[in-house]
Amino acid sequence: MPDLGETIRESQIWKSIFRHPMPVDRRNRIVVMLTNFFLHLHPVSIKKQGIALSYTWCMGGVTFFLFLVETVTGVLLMFYYRPTVEWAYTDIQMLRDVHSLGILREIHRWGAHAMVITVWLHMYRVFLTGSYKPPREFNWVVGVFLLLLTLLLSFTGYLLPWDQLAVWAITVGSNMARATPFLGHEGPGQQLLTLGGVDMITNASDARFALLGAREVGEETLNRFYILHCIAIPLGVALLLAIHFWRVRKDGGISGPL
Amino acid sequence: MHGLSELQFQDLVSSFLGPYYIALALMNGLAALYLWRSGQTKAWFNLPGSIGGKRVAITNVVVWLLVAMVFAVLAAIAGSGNTSIASLPEWLREAINNSTGPVVYSVGSSAVLIILYLFRGFFVRPAIAWAIWNLMWLFLGLSMTDPDFYDIVAKPDNVPIVMLVFLLAFFTWLATYRAVINDERIANGEPPLEKLDDEKILVWPDLVYTELICMIALTAFLIFWAIALPAPLEEAASSVKTPNPSKAPWYFLGLQEMLVYYDPWMAGVVLPSMIVAGLMAIPYLDFNKKGNGYYTIKERQFSYIVFQFGFLEMWITLIVLGTLLRGPNWNFFGPYEHWDAHKVEALNNVNLSEYVWQRGLNMSLPGALSFSDMPWIPLPAWLTAFLNPFLQFFSLLFGRELPGTLLVLGYFIALPPVMALTVFRGFYQRMGFIRFMIMANLLLFMASLPIKMVLRWVFQLKYLIAIPEFFFNF
Ligand code: HEM
Repeated sequence: MPDLGETIRESQIWKSIFRHPMPVDRRNRIVVMLTNFFLHLHPVSIKKQGIALSYTWCMGGVTFFLFLVETVTGVLLMFYYRPTVEWAYTDIQMLRDVHSLGILREIHRWGAHAMVITVWLHMYRVFLTGSYKPPREFNWVVGVFLLLLTLLLSFTGYLLPWDQLAVWAITVGSNMARATPFLGHEGPGQQLLTLGGVDMITNASDARFALLGAREVGEETLNRFYILHCIAIPLGVALLLAIHFWRVRKDGGISGPL
Repeated sequence: MHGLSELQFQDLVSSFLGPYYIALALMNGLAALYLWRSGQTKAWFNLPGSIGGKRVAITNVVVWLLVAMVFAVLAAIAGSGNTSIASLPEWLREAINNSTGPVVYSVGSSAVLIILYLFRGFFVRPAIAWAIWNLMWLFLGLSMTDPDFYDIVAKPDNVPIVMLVFLLAFFTWLATYRAVINDERIANGEPPLEKLDDEKILVWPDLVYTELICMIALTAFLIFWAIALPAPLEEAASSVKTPNPSKAPWYFLGLQEMLVYYDPWMAGVVLPSMIVAGLMAIPYLDFNKKGNGYYTIKERQFSYIVFQFGFLEMWITLIVLGTLLRGPNWNFFGPYEHWDAHKVEALNNVNLSEYVWQRGLNMSLPGALSFSDMPWIPLPAWLTAFLNPFLQFFSLLFGRELPGTLLVLGYFIALPPVMALTVFRGFYQRMGFIRFMIMANLLLFMASLPIKMVLRWVFQLKYLIAIPEFFFNF
């Protein structure tokens, strides 16, 4: 009786998907890295310390994995969630109360918290190993943008449940924007920007209004944050991640002593 | 706990603490097993006397096994509902509550970090670090039986902060441990540890399999977390019921804590922008070529200290303070103190201009100039209307607020050249004018927060420059 696994791996379907058999020798282990779409992100060989957990803590990789988890669970959540003041809260209640939806929301929320933590830890290790030094200066800058976007992703998502916790956290957070110098209606220098005696910067034209789409956290804000959270920021993160990973390789792989 | 009777609370806590202490017992048991199997058994001290002519040594393995036993006993006690035995004594909690405040907390955490840094050679030793690690968990476990402590720490959105603290403790240990070893090796003319792993290996299977295992472990962990802790959902949003305290998400609470010392335009806009800009500038300011690609402290002491001060002290400790210790009306509450919304704290902070004019010179505060007081200036009305706010602002800045303005200008403008000529002479020569000025200003901005804190604590100073008329308080 032929081995079942063998039969599957020998089948035409399997072979058409995986362009290469399970690699066991050196030559094939090299070829598999070159012929698999997902694996070609990696180099073929690498310095041993580049994969030492005690060196990289694997935190960049963990952050990336969490981003993928968030993307998948986020798409699933979008099926059950309508970003309107009328529905948002009740839809989240459904997610909590309907058993078949299980821990979808939990995974998404805790994954988001975890991602904030791991991105900090990743930055921490990159600093402590001095990996931002030449030639990796620019990749550090890309990283800082990623850090910023990660925080903004978390922040915009925080509003979506539309409960007391969400709305007031966003209110407190976005209240800062009204104190933006010159551009906030309670910011220093705001009075200096007048046109024919009329204030140019008011609570309907300042930085906070631009952020919230309204004078207070409301329907417009929910819509705005939803789009930022589900589309705009993830796209930005995806683009920056592509650059980030590409630069890791172009800068000579994971850093190490010269 | 809200709406829980004492009995229900005990049930809740003991159902948590049972598994908690068992996990800690297992952790120590595994550590002992690891030490024993990998032949790292070490005799720490000998028992007095001897058995059958042989001296009996207490080894590290035995010690960690004993610790595991202690945790197992605690698991039995706390898990069976006797939470009052497995908790910190009442007087100790009282004492901690009464002796802590923003000052003690901030100064204390700085002192701890400085001690850890100075004596890192001692603290990174695995046995010492492991003991501290155990004590941290023990402290958390013993504190959990306090309803007020539990209330804050077990709030679902605060759980990540506890994790953050433990993860940071672990990784800071790991990095420092390797840095200490590397610094010794470098002093002996040997290459750093990282150099030993210089050989090339194939990504398949080593890296790909590591990644796979990481992903599986992480997925398991996330699922466990998601099952154990339901995501919070409070009442539906209401724009009239303001919660007290109203807090931003935890990762921004360092900024919210800064609001105690700064106005929103600084704490919420300028300083965060400076943090981001400063982070991006790091690779372009740090001209030290050493310490690239391995853990070291000695070879890059300056950048290390600056970063750790900014990250661990100014960012992380402020987040912990803002999340766990700030209650209603943003008052400070000890870790075991009930969050009483009626607690009043006297706030009688004084501006520098009030100190100088009113208390120092016994005068009233000078006012602002305005073109309407000066009809003899021959300017068209539309122009004076446009210029009036400028005149008012600058006459306040250089009139009423002159003392603070001079101090602040001196701090940001006069200090950098002085730094360049004295302590930072070598930096200045290697960095050039522009890079040095940027670094100096970033450092001064960073240092301004602790300076303002100290001024507040010691002199009740509110603002150095207070022009609320123009929302310009510094
Ligand atoms: C969404 C956030 C991020 C993701 C998913 C990510 C992912 C990664 C990954 C997978 C690596 C490979 C090495 C490793 O795992 O440590 C890496 C390297 C690197 N990352 Fe990130 N990163 C992120 C944010 C950041 C941030 C915030 C910084 C710094 C401010 C940063 C700076 C760097 C640098 C300089 C390297 C090269 C390190 C070396 O060669 O040793 N990244 N990143």
